[in-house]
Amino acid sequence: MKAFDYAVARNPAGLAAALKAGYTLQAGGIDLIDLLKTGVEPSDRIVSMAALDEYRQIEVTKDDLRIGALVTLQTLAEDESVRTHAPLVAAVAGSTASAQVRARATLGGNCLQRPRCGYFRSAAFMCLKKGGHQCFAWEGENALHSIFGGGPCRITHPSSLAPVLVALQATFQADNGSEATAYAADDFFRNTDQNLSQEHNLASDQWLTSVHIPLTAQQAGHVEIKPRAHYDWPEASCAAVRTAAGWRIVLGHVAPLPWRARQAEAWLGDRTLQDPAEAREAAALAVADAEPMRDNGYRVRLAQAAVRRALLQAGGHPAEGLT
Amino acid sequence: MNKVTRNWMINGTPHRVETPPLRRLLDVLREDLRLTGTKEGCGEGECGACTVMVDDEVVLACLLPAGQVPDGAEITTVEGLEKTPGGRLLQEAYAEKGAAQCGICIPGMIVSSYALLRRGPLQAPDAIRTAHAGNICRCTGYKKIIAAVEWAAERWPETVTPTE
Repeated sequence: MKAFDYAVARNPAGLAAALKAGYTLQAGGIDLIDLLKTGVEPSDRIVSMAALDEYRQIEVTKDDLRIGALVTLQTLAEDESVRTHAPLVAAVAGSTASAQVRARATLGGNCLQRPRCGYFRSAAFMCLKKGGHQCFAWEGENALHSIFGGGPCRITHPSSLAPVLVALQATFQADNGSEATAYAADDFFRNTDQNLSQEHNLASDQWLTSVHIPLTAQQAGHVEIKPRAHYDWPEASCAAVRTAAGWRIVLGHVAPLPWRARQAEAWLGDRTLQDPAEAREAAALAVADAEPMRDNGYRVRLAQAAVRRALLQAGGHPAEGLT
Repeated sequence: MNKVTRNWMINGTPHRVETPPLRRLLDVLREDLRLTGTKEGCGEGECGACTVMVDDEVVLACLLPAGQVPDGAEITTVEGLEKTPGGRLLQEAYAEKGAAQCGICIPGMIVSSYALLRRGPLQAPDAIRTAHAGNICRCTGYKKIIAAVEWAAERWPETVTPTE
């Protein structure tokens, strides 16, 4: 690895000053260190926020569950209040990556990690997202690329927690040292036609401080389909949550951002899925506008299965999804 | 290039380390301290060969900048396991079950085993498999590794006694 200048922020003001000076933010470091090693992240000045313990808190209020951005996946999986008030979040955190990664990886880092596209991650390809002229996935190997969201860049969003948080209508809290900003779930992640260089809406001087999850879910289900049960990237996932306002069905790992299946949401309306057949109908609608490429057509069916199984789980018929 | 100074307890022995803060813990262990039991496999956090314990957590030494390991941390590498009754039981278990083939994954694998078993009785039926999911064996010898950890779990901790 090349040499770096490394600073540790002792308070939010110090972090703000470092970011304004052009330092790159490090939380758990799981993704950043890889990006530095391959040169995809060109920064040679890193500021760690790991010492800011105020971002490791978990708090329950009467309206929501507030989780600090530096809470590790392992803590998310084990913490009683997360397991009680956001069981989907605890379950997903506990099944993501490996024990070694979960011990260091943070909630914020999981949501903000860079895409796993092989062209993006390889220093040999100057792809569109890195400032080049083309997205190689359109004509190249594209089994693991997007089936929703169009272009111009066909990454899939890598986070397992993000689709769950969007389904739960979480708000993403950010700060820049002088002003706090709350991003609504639907206004935090960005498609590649809105922003090519990053997958979220944070400004360069902002950092994520916490995620607030409203305690309004009445029914919820979540399914990830992975080649291997442990320590593998999902090829499709779905989080389905019903509140008094209706359903939110969010697909993961199939689009450049957590992808809402709005047709399926609209069709379900305020149904509570007493009839398992409704899940099949909604799942078909969820993938109706998929746009697969040469190698990833199979993931349309995986996404459809994920939606159906997540809805069946939410409806209290989990065994039906296995047929 | 700035350097940081850290005082760590490594395998029960105090060490004072001075290093550029973004140097990998793996390099500090292997190159500065000659603790070469910890292996580098992929160097990208995929394979788990570099697994060590920092305090009570298993971490990947190839992804952990030394500067992020706080002063006073307790670090346990494979070399430290034989100083503990549980580590010696695991050595015996891995040998008894023939769990090592080429062996490159074993230093990380056995640290994961140790970290799991020292947390107390296994809670979930697939706890052993889950705890080792981040350790890849290129010889695909998982069955005997799992059998070794089960063997050690059955004997942990009542029958564990210092053996030298």
